[in-house]
Amino acid sequence: MNDILLFSVISLSAIGVAASVILFLIAQKFKVIEDPKIDVVEEVLPAANCGGCGYPGCRNFAEALVNSANKNKSIEGFNCPVGGSEVMGKVAEILGLEVEEQEPLIAVVRCNGSRANASQKISYDGPATCAFAHNLFSGENGCPYGCLGLGDCVVVCQFDAIYMNPETALPDVNDKCVACGACVEACPRDIIELRYKGKKDRRIFVSCVNKEKGGPARKNCKVACIGCGKCVEVCTFDAITLENNLAYIDYEKCKLCRKCVSVCPTGAIHELNFPSRKPKVEKTGEGDAALKKEKVIAAKKTESTKDNQQELKS
Amino acid sequence: MSILKTFKPGGVNPAENKLSANRPIEILNPPGQAFIPINQNLGAPAIPLVQKGDEVKVGQLIARGEAFISSNVHSSVSGKVLKIDNVVDPSGYKRPTIVINVEGDEWVPGIDRSSEIKKLVTLSQKEIIEKIKEMGIVGLGGAAFPSHVKLMVPDGKKAEFLLINGVECEPFLTSDHRLMLEKGEEILIGTSILMKGLGVDKAIIGIENNKPDAIDHLSGLAENYDGIKVQPLKVKYPQGGEKQLIKAIINREVPSGKLPIEVEAVVHNVGTAYAVYEAIQKNKPLIERVVTVTGRYLSKPSNFLARIGTPISDLFEKASGLPENTGKIIGGGPMMGKALISTETPVVKGTSGILLFSEEEASRVPVKNCIRCGRCIKVCPMGLEPVLLAQLSEREMYTQAELENVMDCIECGSCHYTCPSGRPLLDYIRLGKSKVGQIIRNRGKK
Repeated sequence: MNDILLFSVISLSAIGVAASVILFLIAQKFKVIEDPKIDVVEEVLPAANCGGCGYPGCRNFAEALVNSANKNKSIEGFNCPVGGSEVMGKVAEILGLEVEEQEPLIAVVRCNGSRANASQKISYDGPATCAFAHNLFSGENGCPYGCLGLGDCVVVCQFDAIYMNPETALPDVNDKCVACGACVEACPRDIIELRYKGKKDRRIFVSCVNKEKGGPARKNCKVACIGCGKCVEVCTFDAITLENNLAYIDYEKCKLCRKCVSVCPTGAIHELNFPSRKPKVEKTGEGDAALKKEKVIAAKKTESTKDNQQELKS
Repeated sequence: MSILKTFKPGGVNPAENKLSANRPIEILNPPGQAFIPINQNLGAPAIPLVQKGDEVKVGQLIARGEAFISSNVHSSVSGKVLKIDNVVDPSGYKRPTIVINVEGDEWVPGIDRSSEIKKLVTLSQKEIIEKIKEMGIVGLGGAAFPSHVKLMVPDGKKAEFLLINGVECEPFLTSDHRLMLEKGEEILIGTSILMKGLGVDKAIIGIENNKPDAIDHLSGLAENYDGIKVQPLKVKYPQGGEKQLIKAIINREVPSGKLPIEVEAVVHNVGTAYAVYEAIQKNKPLIERVVTVTGRYLSKPSNFLARIGTPISDLFEKASGLPENTGKIIGGGPMMGKALISTETPVVKGTSGILLFSEEEASRVPVKNCIRCGRCIKVCPMGLEPVLLAQLSEREMYTQAELENVMDCIECGSCHYTCPSGRPLLDYIRLGKSKVGQIIRNRGKK
C-alpha cells in the first residue's frame, strides 16, 4: 500500500521536474526579446486603435515608434492624431528624443450642396450606402462630385464626431474629431479632407469639389465653385491654386486673412469661427444709433413691466 | 413533341408583360438635336474626330475606337456639330458627348438605303471582321461589347458553334421579337456572314417558346440556309444570358472567369446579326436601333427604329407622351435595366428598351430580415450564393467575396426578384463586384 503511494508521488514529481526543465529550455530557446519601452510607450498611447497613424493599432504603432527610435534616433513623421502633440511629447520623453510640435488636424466636409443650395431632382431609394450610390448615378441633386448624403462617413467614425444634419442632408463634424482619417477613406467622392484645425478653430476652405465648368456646376448647386479665379488673384500668400475649374486653398500656406472669402461670387469659400466682420465706418454710426434706440426701447419695456408687476402686487 | 431545352440551375419566371409584341416597328424621324456619347461600348471610349462647327452627314465617322476593345462611333444625323460637351448618359453621369444640331437628312454616299435584300456575301473572313469593326458594330443585347472582338478567335482556340440570341427573356421588351418577325431574312443573312467571319458551319438561333410566330417565321426561312437551325427554348429568365444560352442550347458550361470561346461557342444577338447584315451588305454603320418604349399604363407601348443619340423624351412623345404619375424611367428591361436620371438621356447602342413605371410600381418594398429560406440560392443561374455574397459585400469582406466567386455574378437580378424579404441582394453584390474588380485590377498593376 505504502509502496504504491511512494511510487506514484516520486514518479509524478520526476515527470514534473523533467517537464519543467524541458519547458525552461524551450522558453530559453524561443525567447522573444522585446524592447521593454514598447510596453511603456503603448501605455501612454490613447488605445483608440483607430488606425489614424497608419498602423493597424496602438501596439503596432508603439513597436514602430520604438524601432524607429532605436534605428534612426528620431521619430519624425510619426504622429498620433488622437493624442496630438501632448501624447507625442510623452512618447518622445520616454524614448529620450525630441519631437516637433504638429498642428492638430480636423476633418472638413468640402461640400455645401444642402437641400436649400442644391435642389433635389431625383429620389434614390436603394441601399443607403454612398459607395453603391456613387457607382449608380451622379446624385439626387445632379452634382457628380458632391455629397451623396447617405452617411458612409458617419458609419465609420469611431469617435461620434460626424453626424448627418437632417436639415442640410450633409455631414457635420464636431469637436470630437481626432482626424483619424476614417471618413476620408470612406467617402467615395473624396469630399472630406483633413486640414489644420487652426488657431481658435478658425478655418478657411473651399467648400466645393466640383470640377465642372461654371455653368453646369451652378446649374446643380447655387454655391458651387465656378473656377473664376478671383480668389487666386486676391491671395497674397500664393495659397490658392486653380485646377480643373476648382480652387483649392493650401492650408499650410493660408494665413487666414479672409480676403478670398469676400471676393468669392458664389460663396463657395467658407470661414469658420471668425468674429463677424466690422462694418464700414459710416455704417457703424448708424448701427450704434440703432442699437441705442433698441436699448432705450428695451429699457422702457422693462420699466413698464415692472410697473405692471407692482400694480399687480398692490 | 420533345421536352423543350433550357438551362440549369436556377432561373425565374417573371410576368412577361410583352405589351408591345404586336406593334410593328415604327421609323422615328431624326431628332432636332442629337446627343452622341463617344463611349457607347464596353471598353475604352472612342476618340472624337470632329470639332465644334464641323458639318457632318449621316453615317460619317465622328469618333474612332483606337484601343483593342473599343468601337467606332458614326453620326446618326446630318447637321452641324454644336459642341462636344458632357451630357448625362445612361450611366447616370455626365460623359463626353458630341452634340449635333440636325439640319436635313443627308447621307454619306455609298450607303444603300433600299430595302432590297442582298444575299450574296462577297467579302472574305478577314474583310468581314475589318468591316464590322469599321462600322462600329457592338452587341445590341445590352452589354454593347464590340462585335469584331468576339469574332477574333484567339490562337489555339477554335469555335464550333455560333449561337444567335433571340431569347429576349427580359419582361416587357419586344425589340428583338419584332426584328425577327419583320427582318427575318436579313437576320439569317447576317447570321451566315457571322458564321463566315467566325469560320464555323453551324449556327443555332435560340428563341423562347413565348414567341411562336418568330420561331415559325425563322424556321421557315432557315430551310434555305445551310447550317442554320432554329432552336425553341422553354421560357425562363435569364436565358438570354450568354452563359445560360450556351448551357441551354448545346449543354456546355463556361468555366468560371472564362469566355464562351473556351467551350467553342460564340454568342451574338439577333439585333447584332441584323446590324452586321446592314453593315456588310448595305455599307451602313450602326446608327440606329430598335427600341421598345413600354410600360403598363402607357396608352401606346411601341417599338421604334430610333437614331442613336435621340433623346428619350422624343420617344415618349411619339408613344403618347410621358404620363403624369411616372415614378421611374428605366433604360433596359425591368430585371437588369437601370433607372435613368434625366429624360434628356440619349438612346445609345445598348438601349434595348425604355420602360416606364408608375410611382406605385416604382416603389421598393420595405426591406425585412433574411429568413434563411435559400430561395436566392435556388434561383441563381450561376450557382452562387447571393445571400452570402450580399452579406460579405455589405460587411466589406471583399477578399472572402472574391473567394466565393462574386465576379461570376451576371447581375440578372433573379435573387432580388425572388427574395420574400425584399432584400436588395443584387445592389450589394454589384457593390462587391465593383470593389473586388478594383482589387483585382490593382493586383494586376503590381
